Amino acid sequence: MDSADAIPEFSKSDAGGGGAGVANMSALAAGPGIQSVRDVAIIAIVAVIVIGGLELLLNLFAVPQYVMPKPSEIATALVTDFWFILPHLGHTLVELFSGFAIGALVGLVLAAVITQFPFAEKIITPYILLLVTTPMLALVPLLILRFGFGYTPRIIAVALAVGPMVMINAATGFRRVDRGKIALARSYGASTLQIFWKIRAPMALPMIFVGLMVGSIFGLLTAVGAEMVGGGFGLGNRLTSYSSMIQMPQFFAVVLILSMLGILIYILFFLLGKKFASWEA
Amino acid sequence: MVEHKSGEVKLRVRQATKVYPTASGDLLALDRCDLDIRTGEIVSIVGPSGSGKTTLLWSMSGLHGLSSGDVELDGQKITKPSRDIGMVFQDANLLPWRTVEANINFPFEIMGQAPDKAWIAQLMHRVGLEGFEQRMPRELSGGMQQRVALVRALSFKPSVLLMDEPFGALDAFTREEMNHLVEEIYLDTHTTIVLITHSIEEAIFLADRVIVMSARPGRIASEHVVPFARPRSMEIMATKEVFDLTNVIKQEIVGDQKSMASRPRLVAKAAS
Repeated sequence: MDSADAIPEFSKSDAGGGGAGVANMSALAAGPGIQSVRDVAIIAIVAVIVIGGLELLLNLFAVPQYVMPKPSEIATALVTDFWFILPHLGHTLVELFSGFAIGALVGLVLAAVITQFPFAEKIITPYILLLVTTPMLALVPLLILRFGFGYTPRIIAVALAVGPMVMINAATGFRRVDRGKIALARSYGASTLQIFWKIRAPMALPMIFVGLMVGSIFGLLTAVGAEMVGGGFGLGNRLTSYSSMIQMPQFFAVVLILSMLGILIYILFFLLGKKFASWEA
Repeated sequence: MVEHKSGEVKLRVRQATKVYPTASGDLLALDRCDLDIRTGEIVSIVGPSGSGKTTLLWSMSGLHGLSSGDVELDGQKITKPSRDIGMVFQDANLLPWRTVEANINFPFEIMGQAPDKAWIAQLMHRVGLEGFEQRMPRELSGGMQQRVALVRALSFKPSVLLMDEPFGALDAFTREEMNHLVEEIYLDTHTTIVLITHSIEEAIFLADRVIVMSARPGRIASEHVVPFARPRSMEIMATKEVFDLTNVIKQEIVGDQKSMASRPRLVAKAAS
């Protein structure tokens, strides 16, 4: 099926410098590469103008703090309340990591097993699709009812959000059968297990990373959402708490932390994908 | 001048028949083929698409079984892939996530053995790939990729090399280069080689014998000895013998498809 891709003409025509064009796992990754100190300087200047301009405008029009706090107030809140917010960040991370680990593991194993049995796959796929499309947040009140206000309902919700997402992407990866490569391994006497680990798994890896990345973002979403629904800790809980007390600078400080978290997760998987799946450029 | 290969039979194909069950009934891909390949011989197999060339080769490699008949390697019936047989596939079939070196070590990994480093280094040098060990396949040209595949197939010193249209995707010049390379390696190692190709020129240039297969069902139609001493130069391709032989083989392959010509011609009618 990809015999046309077998001899890619990857000469040095891949201009754009700075190692751009490696591991484009998704359209999101295909940003322009930063090329020089000048670029960095311009980006920084623009950022200063945007943030400074916002500060200036909010001052100029005397926008009340409960509508939109000034960037300086957000920064101050971030610094002064940092040690208070930090444990909540910790709680969110615990939920995210545990839920993600459980969900991703189950999703991966299920994908690997299911794709070996096409008929079973046909039967199970509709349920997985149902899980993918149902916002797991909808189940959180129910989970809280059953498991209380601790970590448990949140971790379950995160796992439920991550698992199907990882599974459906990984299954797409595992389904990519290349008869030629499998024949190659078999010609050396490879066992089914060897074919799985040495051919199928590496071929699925790029799609697995896509699944992990999308899954982790969905996981973060679900973790914060679950915290907002109920319980006394976590960044989501801070959001509801600060907004109910109209502490807008603190509220936005938490939002800022959440976006940083999202970006870090994205970068993590981008780098992992670049390291382990860059062959599929 | 004729090199009489009187060696023992390396590969013996007896009454090889292969039926593929399809939705529209059984497809007879290979019909009672008999073929002996002697030790140290190069045999090319040519034939139209659907003549069961690849099916025959895969049966020889043990990659799939026959519906009836059998294939023997050194007198032993082949039922599964053997490490006495190296395969070179259509397009290079390298694993794109592995470096050149890791691709070449792949057979050893599967077999659970340490790679024969000295031999591999010699092979790499022979095909002009030294210094490319750490490259990724996509960084190499088609010809270089196929060289890596050749080294990989020879790395564990198989006594038989089965090549399935190995150079079909290469341009004419690279292909010629690869043909010379295969002959050079053959002269060094005397590996028995079975080569499937669509190019009659390539088949003649490399082989001691050219086997012509016919299509649907796949049968062995004829066999031609190529009486030139080795090493051969491209000049033999300009001799009358090769010219005649090429034409004979071409006729056989085209003749097999002649039924096409007896079908009604297309008549374009003006719309009325």
